[in-house]
Amino acid sequence: MQDMPDIKDKARAARSKKAAYGTDVDLESYESEARPQQAVSDAEDLPGVVKKAALDVGVKLDAEASGEFVQMDQTPVVAKSLYEGVEIMDIASALEKYDFLQDYWWKLVAPDADKYTADVAAAPAAGYFIRAKKGTKTVFPVKSCLYLGSSNLNQRVHNLVIAEEGSELHVITGCTTPSHVQRGLHIGVSEFFIQKDAKVSFTMIHSWGKEVEVRPRTGITIAEGGSLSNNYILLKPVKTIQTFPTATLAGRGAVASFNTVIYSSMGNIDVGSNVFLDAPETSAESISRVVSVGGEVIARGRMTGRVPGARAHLECVGLLLSDKGRIYSIPELDGQCRDLDMSHEAAVGRISEEELEYLMARGLTSEEATSVIVRGFLDVEIKGLPEDLKQEIKNITQREDLRGAA
Amino acid sequence: MWLLEIIDLSVSIGSKQVLKNFNLRINKGETHALFGPNGTGKTTLLNVIAGIPRYTVDAGRIMFKGKDITHMSMDDRARLGIGMAFQRPPAIRGLRLKDLIKIINPKADASAILKKMDFEAFADRDVNRGFSGGEVKRSEMVQLLAQLPDFVMLDEPDSGVDLENIKLIGEAINTLTQKDLRPSSRTRSGVIITHFGHILEYMKADRAHVMLGGSIVCSGNPGEILEEIKKSGYEGCAGCRTCQT
Repeated sequence: MQDMPDIKDKARAARSKKAAYGTDVDLESYESEARPQQAVSDAEDLPGVVKKAALDVGVKLDAEASGEFVQMDQTPVVAKSLYEGVEIMDIASALEKYDFLQDYWWKLVAPDADKYTADVAAAPAAGYFIRAKKGTKTVFPVKSCLYLGSSNLNQRVHNLVIAEEGSELHVITGCTTPSHVQRGLHIGVSEFFIQKDAKVSFTMIHSWGKEVEVRPRTGITIAEGGSLSNNYILLKPVKTIQTFPTATLAGRGAVASFNTVIYSSMGNIDVGSNVFLDAPETSAESISRVVSVGGEVIARGRMTGRVPGARAHLECVGLLLSDKGRIYSIPELDGQCRDLDMSHEAAVGRISEEELEYLMARGLTSEEATSVIVRGFLDVEIKGLPEDLKQEIKNITQREDLRGAA
Repeated sequence: MWLLEIIDLSVSIGSKQVLKNFNLRINKGETHALFGPNGTGKTTLLNVIAGIPRYTVDAGRIMFKGKDITHMSMDDRARLGIGMAFQRPPAIRGLRLKDLIKIINPKADASAILKKMDFEAFADRDVNRGFSGGEVKRSEMVQLLAQLPDFVMLDEPDSGVDLENIKLIGEAINTLTQKDLRPSSRTRSGVIITHFGHILEYMKADRAHVMLGGSIVCSGNPGEILEEIKKSGYEGCAGCRTCQT
């Protein structure tokens, strides 16, 4: 099924189509063939370096989970369900097994959207398939790790997530490279189908290398009464990232909330969220917090209201702590009918002197006080996450060495 | 040796002189109260002792524990033993009060301190965020009880505080200034700014000063001075320049 000629044709046609945003990546400069990796039956049997890398991006493979998935380079090495009603498979096997997936595959992200989606469409499918079956609810997250372990590789991933009616699904995905990987490219296509009354949280933590380029392409649809809490965290250096996940609130009362936390010290980071409010009583919120001590961050947020009564709020707040950095905040509201309630607030500024002095009066050095304020600033209150996951996210911002200057 | 000795200190903010040839000496174990109308330089004095950088010291010196701290950084002063309860402290987003207590003093018994100030419910709240006026004052006392500075400065710790909590704050100040010990055994000292003196019913001050126009115009027994202010106002103090600092 994955060789559907239509998809391949479209992909071929878009092979050199530049993306609307972000710096242009020379795909030819990366290797597209990866050495196959050894699959294991249990995450415990993974090489230590992979387990450690997973842990660094908040994926505790030994803690309670409803499922596990690990992909090393192009090989899914673990795909395991640990909770009845939560199905985890590598996507190639899932496409073999289930014909119905052709109604989902490449339906929310177009294979010819740009050269990156085209590149993924042209390659053999690798990635995860996660399905929460109708009515299945669990607070234990599916833990997944996408590990780019070979230098100069173009890692291509295509994930499919389906939360069936009335289900509750939490997914945490850590995407990472070990320190020995100097250079690499990661392209990840993800499609999320959140069906009637399903509740999903998706948390993605990125930790790449200084010469790694990243192009996630995400499409989400949320049906009546469904909700999504999408959280993205990037605290480590990266060369370039560009992503603009697009969610459509398609059914009455659907809700989406995007939280983005970025600490930038170098590179070019262009991230945001794009939400279409297409049904009555839908609401969306996008909150981004950016700290820059270097590098360029473009924080986008776009909300399009197309049905009366839709509510949307955008918040882009940045702390710019160095002349070497740039924060370009672009909140966009596009109202296309009457009776909308859409708002945004954006601010780029510095750390308040008053807060610094207050903490210094308690004996903290200027550097310590800055670090405490930066951590606090990045500590976004995320709704809709299980306590453990919330704590894990908090731990990540706490343990990183977030200084006031590079 | 005095714990704190301020010698002929003149301070300005921008082009405005706020303190003029200011002199004050505080012994180990003593707690002093500062009275005076608004705008007379009381808060400036505390801020300058704390080392907040917006002020210019035009002349004079601040000696603490025998060291000249006039140009020392704020955090060095704090580590040397100076602490301050701010009049209007900022809120710090994302920093929980209980975490700040640990940062201020890893050895502090956070739960005992929070209990003492009847402030346990605020342990997981962001510092000062959404706190009422009275809650802010208790938050300041909680932090100082963790810091336990040798010299504590209290800028209107009683403003906006209800009667019940004034008592709590008064007790905390007594703890900070070791009023449970005999005077000769006390090592910690303090200075408090208060407008109405209610707090002095719940804490012990050893000496009081009246500030007018950037200088001390009268010093003496706190009770007597307060009585005098109540009777003839600060105008009375202005006319009475017989006291020696």
